[in-house]
Amino acid sequence: MRYLPKSPSDREAMLSDIGVKSVDALFAAIPEEYRLTGDLSIPRCYAESEIVEFFRDRAAENGQGYATFLGAGAYSHYRPVVIDSLVSRGEFFTAYTPYQPEIAQGTLQSIFEFQTMVCELTGMDVANASMYDGSTGAAEALMMAVRITGRHKSVIASSVHPEYREVIATYVRHQAMPLTTVGYGQNGRIDLEALDKVVDNETAGVLIQSPNFFGIIEDVAAIADIVHKRGALLIVSIPEAVSLGIVKPPAQADIVSMEAQSFGVPLGFGGPYCGVMATRDKYVRQMPGRLVGETTDRNGKRGFVLTLSTREQHIRREKATSNICTNQALVALMCNIFMTIYGREGLKELAEQNLAKAHYAADQFKKSGAKLLFDAVPFFNEFVIQTGEDPPGINDRLLAQKIVGGLALKKFYPELGNASLWCCTETTTRAAIDAAAKEVAR
Amino acid sequence: MNSKIKKATTHISQNEGLIFEKSSPGKKAYKLPPLDVPAVDAESVLGKVAREDLGQMPEVSEIEIIRHFTRLSTWNYAVDHGMYPLGSCTMKYNARVNETVARLPGLAEAHPYQPEKVSQGALRIIKMLSEQLIEITGMDAITLQPAAGAHGEMTGILLVRAYLESQGNPRKKILVPDSAHGTNPATAAMCGYGVENLRSNSAGMVDLAALEAQVTEDVAALMLTNPNTLGVFEQEIHKIADVLHAKGALLYMDGANMNALVGKVRPGDFGADVMHLNLHKTFSTPHGGGGPGSGPVACKKILEPFLPTPVVVTKADGTLGFNYDRPQSIGRVRIYFGNFGMFVRALAYIMANGPEGLRQTTEDAVLNANYLRKHLESLYELPYDTPTMHEVVFSDRIQTRKGIKTGDIAKRLIDYGFHPYTVSFPLVVPGALMIEPTESESKEELDQFIDAMKQIAREAEESPEVIADAPYHTRLTRLDETAAARKPVLRWKPQAELVTK
Repeated sequence: MRYLPKSPSDREAMLSDIGVKSVDALFAAIPEEYRLTGDLSIPRCYAESEIVEFFRDRAAENGQGYATFLGAGAYSHYRPVVIDSLVSRGEFFTAYTPYQPEIAQGTLQSIFEFQTMVCELTGMDVANASMYDGSTGAAEALMMAVRITGRHKSVIASSVHPEYREVIATYVRHQAMPLTTVGYGQNGRIDLEALDKVVDNETAGVLIQSPNFFGIIEDVAAIADIVHKRGALLIVSIPEAVSLGIVKPPAQADIVSMEAQSFGVPLGFGGPYCGVMATRDKYVRQMPGRLVGETTDRNGKRGFVLTLSTREQHIRREKATSNICTNQALVALMCNIFMTIYGREGLKELAEQNLAKAHYAADQFKKSGAKLLFDAVPFFNEFVIQTGEDPPGINDRLLAQKIVGGLALKKFYPELGNASLWCCTETTTRAAIDAAAKEVAR
Repeated sequence: MNSKIKKATTHISQNEGLIFEKSSPGKKAYKLPPLDVPAVDAESVLGKVAREDLGQMPEVSEIEIIRHFTRLSTWNYAVDHGMYPLGSCTMKYNARVNETVARLPGLAEAHPYQPEKVSQGALRIIKMLSEQLIEITGMDAITLQPAAGAHGEMTGILLVRAYLESQGNPRKKILVPDSAHGTNPATAAMCGYGVENLRSNSAGMVDLAALEAQVTEDVAALMLTNPNTLGVFEQEIHKIADVLHAKGALLYMDGANMNALVGKVRPGDFGADVMHLNLHKTFSTPHGGGGPGSGPVACKKILEPFLPTPVVVTKADGTLGFNYDRPQSIGRVRIYFGNFGMFVRALAYIMANGPEGLRQTTEDAVLNANYLRKHLESLYELPYDTPTMHEVVFSDRIQTRKGIKTGDIAKRLIDYGFHPYTVSFPLVVPGALMIEPTESESKEELDQFIDAMKQIAREAEESPEVIADAPYHTRLTRLDETAAARKPVLRWKPQAELVTK
């Protein structure tokens, strides 16, 4: 009850003002047969110290201090301490959606800055305040393409994260949006010939991922030519935001859907993360999610407000661009602070370190006898190797050395055999890479 | 400063431009460790996709970043400042221990694909929270995967659809009361259903006769918020469920207002088949300036086979793991397992309360709303005098006679040191003031709010022009939202670029 600011006598006084004898009278509207008569069967009330201890125990069961080679949509980057220091300010984390701009300029201005930086990094004209994550954002982007083009068919690359594809399948199933999947070629990039055959003048949107699930940077320009030739929109999903520090933004895309977790968001066993959607000016009115715009107050001073809300569910109801309401604002603030810390030079340097570590690892693994799949095209900080041994065996040995190995791909891409996906970031040490290289060789 | 205003006073607040306006080349707020592997030449590795330049990304120092965001933060009003009675949003206290435990490295640094044997702690948290939410809702099964309330709605309606399809016919439409949140009809549309409006009766509740007439074999479900957005408990809830069930339709409960029910009554007991919870409302995970949320969906046994993949199971060896083999599942609604960080916080909240604390919390939330109603109903019109649960909805009908609308009263409330209530919602009440105090307010804070609302009611009578121009004590006066929408400026651009355009 330590969160409740009332004494028994406060409650008595309030009940007496209201004119009822007991608080149960206020629940009289609930039919008696349904009212609970006893306690809920949940654990007793814990002291704060016990709560901390309980979660410390759970954290310990989770295995701490492991080096990791896992990526696949969730990346282990260093988080500058400034981020948590700032997002822990109650003014940020205990506020809500800035419906009253006069007392929410802090949130509004920070979102405006976030939108600006996302535009700078992605090469798009306009970005929204956030989506739930990269997977749902990608699904919403395909739906957006349907609204813009008035067409219904969608095409998706099989090199898009398999779980993104599952989410998209769930989203579009009942929206009369037939979905076709296009495979990858020998080099790990989307099969351009197959794409050319599939995209037709009924195709609304084509979704690709870059770096794709294998870590490979797609040839966005070549893909865009095929897609645009048929009047369809190109949607590029970016799962690893740090790649934008060194990889050209997908300028030919019509919609960019990004997962910004890499920008200072804890791995947190998969969430909360931060989806972002960015697009061309001309498509902004079909974009889902919140948007912050600049305006002035009555004295002509610059200020910021939520804007273009006639796209949204609270105004448009069943005709809205999406049902999204609550987004990932505080997580977007983490990303904003991260982008501000690293900035124009730092993001590049950070990306260079990721690139160097991953390429060193790929080289070492190759030297140890593993086969680097798709080695003819550029990759960023993830790559796929094929080993003689089944990856779980390798990973078991690494786990004993407190190293979490790469992701076995058999579950998602059985055709690749003993393939696994490895990720290196700036936090991956040479020692861990060398240790892993020894194990993949056996 | 007006002497009538007791709760707040003005103070110095720092001006601060956009971060881009502070940027200049060479300033840095980061330092990477020395590279322990050979550097690679980006151009030779990446070829033509190598990026040359990061455009207008800022270059600033650490102290500037701290000051920048600290200054911005002071321009926000938050629960930590005071009462934030935003109706239907449940702006309650966000306990600090929740933040501490969510940041424990073993939890915060866990990768979602790390082996199950080193994820037992996270899995246990998911399992425990699931079990406790099932108990609290009186349901049989749950998924924690949805990322927010609206996402939960979508998941729930997809469960309904999958179930009805398994019975041979997904049906065509969803009934939505006119008092519902906009997310309800938007969700139904996303799930391929038509939306049919359901009128409320004079008590602000579902009109049972109208419902009976509208529920046909084409209706898949009714999406009902209970208590509804008027803060009114649907007294005939069991009859509503019976009418639906008799025609093979299901009852979806929007759990946005669960803060009125926890520990007192369980939706599973009064006939709901499926519902979502908002962990960021009822279970105190922070609203974060607009998110993240978390929208678990609890359901009855008949819907369990359709829950999203994966689910947590206890394996033969007694350890926990994920089960992906669910042939009837609606599939995934999100990558990985949901907003896990919010699960940690919600579980910590439940543990900090225990059964008695949760019940007392609900009682205090309802007590607070009724206390406000009692003290304000003589000054503001109460369009529905049905018993109030956790929130009370007034209208501005009395004040509009002097040209003062709900939005104006809200702006004036800011001067009195409060965050406004929810303005102009629900739509069934023209000029609505939707007030949800939550349990987190002391009697003193409520009395100050009542006092402020009384002063404003008097001002509306005596000097309405004062209200029409409010707020006065904020950094900015009222902002021009029309201009913002007419010619949207959605990002910063350097001055030079603006001039050339």
